[in-house]
This record gives sequence, C-alpha cells and structure tokens, in this order.
Amino acid sequence: MPPDSQQTDRNLTLKDAVLEAMFEEMESDQNVILIGEDVGTAGGVFKQTKGLFKTFGADRVIDTPISESAIFGLAVGAAMAGSRPIIEVMFGDFLTLVMDQLVNQAAKVHYMSAGGFNVPLVLRTGIGVGGNLGPQHSQSLHGWLAHIPGLKVVMPSSASDAKGLFKAAVRDNNPVIFMEDRMTYNLKEQVPEDEHVIPLGSAEVKREGADVSIYAVTRSVHTALAAAEHLQVKNVSAEVVDLRTLAPLDVETIVASVQKTGRALVLDGGYQSFGITSEIAATIGELAFDYLDAPVMRLAAPDVPVPFSPALETMTVPNAEQVVAKVTEMYGGLG
Amino acid sequence: MLTKDKLLELYRGMVTIRAFEEEVRKMHNAGLAPGLVHLYSGQEAVAVGTCTALNSDDYIASHHRGHGHCIAKGSELDRLFAEIIGRRSGYGMGRGGSMHIYDPATFNLGTNGIVGGSVPLATGAALLAKLRGTGQVAVSFFGDGVLNQGILFESLNMAALWSLPVVFICENNGYGEFTEIDDVTAGRPYAKRGEAFDIPSEKTDGMDVLAVHETVSKAVTRARNGDGPSFLIFDTYRYSGHHVGDKQEYKDDEERELWLSRDPIPKLSEMLVAEKKIKQAALDELDAEIKATVIVAANQAKKMPEPDADDLTRHIYAA
Ligand SMILES: Cc1ncc(C[n+]2csc(CCOP(=O)(O)OP(=O)(O)O)c2C)c(N)n1
Repeated sequence: MPPDSQQTDRNLTLKDAVLEAMFEEMESDQNVILIGEDVGTAGGVFKQTKGLFKTFGADRVIDTPISESAIFGLAVGAAMAGSRPIIEVMFGDFLTLVMDQLVNQAAKVHYMSAGGFNVPLVLRTGIGVGGNLGPQHSQSLHGWLAHIPGLKVVMPSSASDAKGLFKAAVRDNNPVIFMEDRMTYNLKEQVPEDEHVIPLGSAEVKREGADVSIYAVTRSVHTALAAAEHLQVKNVSAEVVDLRTLAPLDVETIVASVQKTGRALVLDGGYQSFGITSEIAATIGELAFDYLDAPVMRLAAPDVPVPFSPALETMTVPNAEQVVAKVTEMYGGLG
Repeated sequence: MLTKDKLLELYRGMVTIRAFEEEVRKMHNAGLAPGLVHLYSGQEAVAVGTCTALNSDDYIASHHRGHGHCIAKGSELDRLFAEIIGRRSGYGMGRGGSMHIYDPATFNLGTNGIVGGSVPLATGAALLAKLRGTGQVAVSFFGDGVLNQGILFESLNMAALWSLPVVFICENNGYGEFTEIDDVTAGRPYAKRGEAFDIPSEKTDGMDVLAVHETVSKAVTRARNGDGPSFLIFDTYRYSGHHVGDKQEYKDDEERELWLSRDPIPKLSEMLVAEKKIKQAALDELDAEIKATVIVAANQAKKMPEPDADDLTRHIYAA
C-alpha cells in the first residue's frame, strides 16, 4: 500500500488512486513491471510512482534513459516474452517518438502472429493543457491513437474510475494507452477499498438528464458537468456521458442516451478536425438519426498549437460557457 | 572442432535455406507470392552459424530479409511457405506475409517490415530474461541499413547499461535497397558503433559459417554468463536483388563473381570432403533429399486454402 492510502479516509486524488492500483497489481502479479524516465528512485516527475521503487525494487521498477522509442520497444519485446510492463511516457506529446513501436509493432503483433503472441502492456501518459507548458507539452493526441486497430485507449475522469480502469488495463492482454489529463491528477473522491475493476469499454452516465446528451472524456467530463448545472437554471436537463474508454467504444450507451434526449453535443479537449468528436457525432448520425431533434454538435479544441501565453492558452480549452452556448444554439436560443 | 553431426547440421541448414528461397523466387515469378519478397540467398552462413549456437528457447528477432532466420531457428517449412503465399495455414494466417512472420514455438519475435523495428524487441526479451534469471539469450538480426537508425543506439545503450544477454548481429551485405551502405554511412569501422557503448564488438567474415558459429558462440556464452551484449558485424552478400524483381543494375559482374566465389555452401562442403568427414556422393544425396523436402513443403502450402472473410477481423484484440 502506498503510504498515503493507509488512512481510513478513502478520499483520494486521481493520482493516488492510480498509484494504489499500481501497488495492488504489482503486488498480486509478479509479471507486472514499471519502466520509464524518473519512475524509480525519483518516484515520478509528478510523484505519481512514489514508493513503488522502495517496495518492489530495481528489478521491477526500472529507471530508463531518455529514449522513448526504445524504452517502449523494449517493453513490447518483454511483453511478447511474457511480462506485463507498465510504461510511463512523461508527456503525451512524446508519443510521437513512440509511434513506430506503438503503431507498427505493438498494435499489430497479435494479428500478424494469428494470436501466437500477445502484447499485454499499459502505456501511461499525462496529457492536456494547463501550466503554460507551451506547444510541445500540452497536446491531447488521443484521437490519433484511437484510430489504430489493436490499441485500447482509456481516459478516466475521476479517481475511482481511474483506479478501476487502471487495474483492468494492467490485466488486459492488449496494448492499452492510459491517458490522464494532468488537470485531473488532484481531483479527489471516495475510492472503494475492495477489489474495484471497471471493464474497458463501459461508458458511464455521470449525470442523468432528459433534454440533451453531452459526451466527453477525462477533464471535459467536468466541464460538461459544470455546464449541466448552468443549463439546469435555464430549464434544460443535460445528461453527461463519460465515455471512459475510446477503444473499445461503448456505442450502446452512447446511442441509448441520445435516444432518450434527442440532442447530442460531443465535447473534447483534443483537436476538432478528424478527432473523436467527429467520430462520435458520425456514430450517432448513423445509428440514432431518427431520434434526433437537432443536428449533432461538436465542441473541441481549436485547430491550433497550444500557445504558451497565459492570455491565449485558456482559449484552447473548451469551457462550460461554450458548452452552454452550443446547447443554446441547438434550441435556436433559449431566451 | 565441431562434431561431424554439427557440421552436417550447418550444411543442411544452409542448403535448406538456399533451396527454400529458390522456391520462393519461383512462386513470386509465377504470381503466387505477390508483394515484396526479400530473398536471403548468399547470407545463409549468418542465420545458420548463429542459430546453431543458440538453445531452442533463446529468442531471435529478425527483419525484412528474414526467411533464413525463421528456417534456421526451426520453423516449419510448409507454414513458412504458406505465410509467404498468403494461405490460412501460415504463421499469421497469411495476413502478415514475408515481412511479418512470428513463431512463438521457436521463440522467434518476428521478421519485421520496419528497418530497425525489431532491435528493441530482442533487447526487451533479453531484459526480461535477465530480470527473471532464465538464462535465455536474445539475438537481434538487422541489416546494415540499421547502422543509421536511432533506435539501434538507444537499444545498445540500455543493453550495455544493464548488461543484457543480447547479441546484436549486423548483416552487412553492402547495400540498403539500391544504395551502397558506405555512401550513406559515417564512422569507420562500423564496429565502433558498439565500442562506443563499451560493448565487445567485432567484424567477421559472414560467408564462413564456421567463423560465424564460433564468433556467435563466444558472444552467446558471454551473454549467458551475465557478461552482457556483443555487437557483431558479418560481411556478407545478397545474390538476389533487394527484392525479387530488382535487376541489380547498381552491381557489376566483377563484384558479383567475387562474392559468388566465396559462397558459404561450397566452402563448407569442400572442407567436409577434404577432411574426409563425408564423401561428395553422400553430400549430393543429402542435397537431393533436402530439395525434395523443400518442394514437398512448397506443394503442401500451395494446396492450402486462403483465409476467408472471417479471418479478416480475427486477432485484432487478444481475449
Ligand atoms: C523505417 C523504414 N525505412 C525504410 C524502409 C524501406 N526499406 C525496406 S528494406 C530497406 C533497405 C534495408 O537495408 P538493410 O538494412 O541493409 O537490409 P538489406 O535489405 O540489405 O538486407 C529499406 C530502405 C523500411 N522498410 N523501413
């Protein structure tokens, strides 16, 4: 158990909830190893792996050189040989360096070997805008990864979900990308103490509503929930659907919600063009057209590099007011 | 000195690969093996000299010119042919093809379509072998083109740093596609690339299967004893084009003849006969037997069905 979670109060940050999941999975399965930059003695640049090195030692918590491409490649080889590595990639932006090993190797090995080899690993990375880190440390590239058959993509919004999804990711026999928006790291909630595993591919309705469905992942779920409060004042009852995983995508829950509400807004912190909002909007259009009372709307990050300037940076993050405005538009104005 | 049985194993391995590749060439020319097939003919000594120095549970990771490695590590010929001609009984149900052949039963982490892509896979298997103390060794086969890929250097660094049981084997056949390696590569001799990481590095004649076997055996012993990686460069030659269909206008006859005169198969057979290990007649018989076996396997593969529409979407995710 990580030192922080020995308390009886189970009000944990998302970061500590994932850390707890790592402790539990490493404890129960000797095959689970952790590899990455600063993950060992330093305990993670965001202290997100604190205590693991002390507990599990240098053979299971491995500090690496700054070689994203080969670190991940080694993990793929180790996974093929029978281990279950967790690989930390410090910033989601650095996935660009991992892309060949991820897309051309990890994602296809099971297929190319006709099931002969599995690649059970978790690539964990922090994404998103905030902290004025500039264009190379602020991106949300999940749509890119969800595009690739063979990869699973998980994006938790809350501490409890993060723990349950992380445990499922470690136990999954496929390459799983676990992406947390760094702005959610310190969000707290009660996290169940006992065995808590959330199957990958299950969305959750975080707020029930009757008039409009808002779909989102990770940080954007909170934006949607805030917007739903504002909409309530205007007598619009918004349902907030947290997709939780992009691949597999819980199409059933997505469709069921819009069948009930008749209106859909897809919200995302990633780019709009060719992004997940487009994919989900198209899915709704194909499968629930007859239930729609208005065109499906999208609200995503503008197609610009994320600027450093504090005056500009926030403009790249969709906010609750914009959500309210979009929904208002769907009603042709709400007076 | 190797036993007669071991010497014959080397001979058999090389002749099998040569015969196999000749069948693949025919299959390609007959339109049965479409796409890009990169033949290993000429380089047999490297795969065979190496894999005969390994245990069956040692790992290899191969590259786009990889049929020879698969054969030398013990894959079944009919299933290899089947994969190369896209049949359902192939190692990947015909969905990988020549450049993507994986065989867990022989601890083969795959041929690979990405130049340099398999280097970290072997290194990662070696990392796990070391962490678990299994005594396994991993071999990373790659072409000279990889001497200029960044992932090689990242992998060498970690292999040296952690003293991993991995043997890096560069098959220098002089060309990357249609370009001479020397024209695009700085830093001579190339073995310096390994030395930069304090990895024991050497260049050996890759047309001499005994030299390859001896060099790799030493490297494998070093790896198994916990003394870390080796970086080996074997000078060799590919007789065929980069892929079947390449007319090789960038090579001249003199060069070709020089390398043919160094062919690893007659080199070994002449030695076997001269040292009275075996009579030429017996070798001829063995050749015929091997060729017959290869042809039977090829014919078996040709009779196999193609994958069906259900196979298109199988194995995208593991259960
Ligand atoms: C990353 C990458 N770049 C380019 C190619 C195209 N390509 C395929 S084989 C090859 C030449 C490789 O040369 P070498 O490594 O020396 O192997 P050889 O073909 O000589 O055996 C190239 C450039 C590729 N498959 N992957």
